[in-house]
Formats: sequence, structure tokens, C-alpha cells
Amino acid sequence: MNRAKIVVILLALVALLLPVALPWIKTPLILGTAFGIAALGISILIISGQISFGHAMFVCAGGYAVAFVSRQWPHLDSAWLLAVGATTGVILGIVVGSFVVRYRAIFFGMLNLALSMVLFAALGKFFNLTGGTDGLRLERAPFFGMNLERDAFESVLLVVGVALALLSGWLVQRYLRSVAGQALSAIKTNETRLEYVGISAYQTLWIGYIISATLCGLSGAIFAIAQGLVTPEMGYWVRSGEIVFVAILGGVGHPVGAFIGAGIFEFVKLFAAAYLTGAWQMVLGFVLIAMVFLAPRGISAMLEQRTTSKREDV
Amino acid sequence: MSTPLLQTKDLQLAFGAVVVADHINFSLNEGERLAVIGQNGAGKTTFINICTGLIRPQAGRVFFEGKDVTELSPRAIALRGMVRSFQLPQLFTEHTVRDCIRIAAAGKRNRLGLWTPLTKAVDDDEVARILTMVGLDKRADELSGALPEGQRKLLDIAMALIMKPRLLILDEPTSGVSSDEKHGLMKTIMNALDAQKVTAIFVEHDVDIVSQYSTRVAAWIAGRIAADGTPEKVLADPEIRKNVIGE
Repeated sequence: MNRAKIVVILLALVALLLPVALPWIKTPLILGTAFGIAALGISILIISGQISFGHAMFVCAGGYAVAFVSRQWPHLDSAWLLAVGATTGVILGIVVGSFVVRYRAIFFGMLNLALSMVLFAALGKFFNLTGGTDGLRLERAPFFGMNLERDAFESVLLVVGVALALLSGWLVQRYLRSVAGQALSAIKTNETRLEYVGISAYQTLWIGYIISATLCGLSGAIFAIAQGLVTPEMGYWVRSGEIVFVAILGGVGHPVGAFIGAGIFEFVKLFAAAYLTGAWQMVLGFVLIAMVFLAPRGISAMLEQRTTSKREDV
Repeated sequence: MSTPLLQTKDLQLAFGAVVVADHINFSLNEGERLAVIGQNGAGKTTFINICTGLIRPQAGRVFFEGKDVTELSPRAIALRGMVRSFQLPQLFTEHTVRDCIRIAAAGKRNRLGLWTPLTKAVDDDEVARILTMVGLDKRADELSGALPEGQRKLLDIAMALIMKPRLLILDEPTSGVSSDEKHGLMKTIMNALDAQKVTAIFVEHDVDIVSQYSTRVAAWIAGRIAADGTPEKVLADPEIRKNVIGE
């Protein structure tokens, strides 16, 4: 078994077992899982050489879609709400991706950012529909047909979140090994040649963009269900930056990188907020600087390198 | 009379005052090995770029197998069987040599599968055959970006060959390759073309290479075809010797 697989198993076990000893950590773990799924989405775009500074719009849209549906049908199961979030990501990804993927590099990044800020502003302005800057509250919905108290509800959400993270990671890995996934990574090195071997770079990146938006929509649904609240802040550009930060921190060499990055991000945020009040961003800044010098391709790449060097030693 | 494989009718293109395609009427028949010669800026690469869909001409049409391909994209033209290689090898530098060829093979199938791994989506025996044919089988699992120039050229051409082209256009296949290696490289390319019965156009500056490996030569001067015929005839033409070869 390679190192990455061992790390996946360890991470899943830690996420599922740590709350037994530290019950308060359940919520941060759910949020970390949601962050990891969004970062996994961003890492797909990074593999193609593109960075989006606006993908929080899909997280936000997924969250708001869950809030609208939940308020309309309060007894709808949380499992369906998760599907609503992901489907919103698919639909919005198809629409936005259809024109955004025509652009590259800084134009791609900034166009995504601009669209996310349009959504952010619109959610704040249409008070009657969106609750303005106060956002919308959600009642706790049933989960798999059971009406659960908060603690039990969070336990089920954590298990489902971890299962979805594992499933997303496996599916993304499968996709990245496919023709479409390999063509996606070829966009980064030679888009012109890709066209000359008969593969549409537009179609390839659009597929990647839709998958990435779907994961962010799903992430938004988990955030909304876990917090019971959605606000326009979910789509603010700083949130997009945080997702990019998590993806870069974890690296794109293996899907587990997104979840390692999310784990470190949540851990640093949690402890720096407790012991270095008001300075947690500074701690994250130092972490990022350390990463640039020690592991510029992210933690998952470091795992791969160690596995490779071990093979060479043998 | 059979339809020419490639035909251009009255192609015209100018970049400002510089005319790069001056009423080019040209046709190529199946089985020919055409060498395109001309000084830098004569319009050779522009001609290739027009034929393969990268640049649209201001006037004129391009026909491939009798069908008008002037408005088609490079991708659509490649899928019809007119494939090219590049003066500067265009590789997927973060992929292995084998994966570069696999991606090209998958492109020919024209299906962007999301599920089947690339390794299973293509015929790996065919990939291995092409690798052996161009002599890259020993380096198949190395990163393509790490290859020396001559082998980068071969990989660039192998990526075109796996697409089973009817016409392969090679833009300066020996540029950047040392003179000792040029003939070895050309022999490998020509053997591969013979094995797949591919018609070819190659842009070349080396008269030795042109006379040895072509069946026909077209000489470009200032965007027009100044001479077109057998290598013996064109290379003996005084105007061509003076203005193209530089004697």
C-alpha cells in the first residue's frame, strides 16, 4: 500500500474517531471536510494550469439553493439537500463555465472573481428573497428519515461528509487518469498541441470546470446544513482565496492533498484564534511561506517524492 | 484523373505590406514526398498554418481529399487526416513519452471519456509499435520534457503518426539537430512514413536532405511558388540556386 493510501485511511479514521475523545471538534471537522471537497474542486483547475479566485460563488450558490429548498420543504431529507447543492453546482458550472473557459491565466482567475462578487452583491441587495447580509436560517432537516438532536445530527453529517470526501476523492482520481483528465493536465503544458491531436481544449476544460463547480456546490450544501445558516459572506472573494490556499497547501499531486490542506487550515485557524486572537491570518501567512520554501508543490507532492525516493533506495 | 490529396486555390494572405501567400495554386497527390524550400520569411510555415487551419487566408480555398477545409479548426482538420509536426517540438512536457503518444492516440478516437483510464482507452500495442518505429521504446517512461532535441523531434512526429494521417506535414524536421544526426533522423522518419504509407510534405533548408528524401520540390520566394518539380530540376534552376539556396 502506498503512502498516500495510508494517509487517506489515517485521515478518515482521525476524522471519525477524534470526536469520541473531543466532542467539540465535530463541527470543525465537518467544516474541514466541506473545505476539503471545495479545495478538491479547485485542484482540478490547478492541474489544468488555471486558478479561479471566484469558486466560492459555487459554494455560496449551493448553500443558498439548500436554504431555499429547505425553507420551502422543511421536511425534505438532508441527503436530498446535499444532492440539491451538488446539482446547483452542476447547473451553474455548465452556464458559467461555457464562457469562462474561453479565458486563460489571470483573465480566467479575475473573471471568476468578478462573477462571484456579482453574486455576493446580488445576495446582499435582494433582501426579501435572500435575507440580505443577515442571510437565511435553515431548520434542522431529517437525516435518512430520522429526526435527530443536534449532537446525533452532527455525528451523522460528519460520517456522511467523510464518506462523500472519500467518494469524491476516488472519483476525481479516476477522472484524472481518464482521457479527459489526462487531456486536462495537457492543457497546462501545451494547449496548441492538444488541438492538433484532435482534442478540444475548450470541451476538456469545460468538463473540468463543471466537475469543480459540482464539488464546490456540494461543499456549500454541507456548510449550509452544518451551520444552519447561509450568508453572502460564503461567496466573498476572501473565501475563494481560502479555498485556493487550502488546495495549494495540500498540493494537487493526489486528491488527499485537498483534505490535508483543509485539515491544516482548520487546525491553524482554530488554535491561532484561541491563542493568537486576531492574528490567525498571520499564522496562515507563515504557514504558506514555509510551504513555498519547503514543499512548493504541496504536501501531497512531498508524500509522492518520499515514496519515489524510497523506491529508488530499494 | 484522381482528386489531389491536398489542393489550394488562389491562396492570398498579407501581414501589412508583407505578402506571405501570393495567389498560391498548388496540388499534392497521394504518395508524394514534397520538400518545401525557401528562405526565412518566404511563407513556408504560413502555408502550413493555412492548410492546417491555424491561420485563415484573406482569399482562396484549401481542399483536402476534395473537400473544402478552409474554415475548419486545426482539430477538425487533424481528425480528417491532415496532421502536422512542428519546427519546435510541441510536447506535453509533464507527461511521459508513452503518455504523450497515448493522448494523441486517444485524440484520434475523438472521445473524451471520463471513466476509462487513458492506459486502457488506447491500443497499447500500437503505441509500443510507434515507439519502436521511432526508436523511443527505451525512453518510453521518461518525461518528454527531459528528452534531447533529436528525440523530442521524433516524439513530436510519433504523436502525429499514431493519428494514422493520410497527409503528414513536417515543419523543419531536422532543424536544431546536429548535422551528424540529420540523416539518421530523416531515415527513421522516412521508414516510419513508408511503413504507414503516409504522403508527406516537409519544410527543409538542407539541400542534401531535400535531394535525398523528396520526390518533388516546391521553392517559395516572397509568398509565391517560384519553382515546382523534381528535385533534380528545381535544385538545378539558376533562380532557385541564387535566391533560395544562396549560391
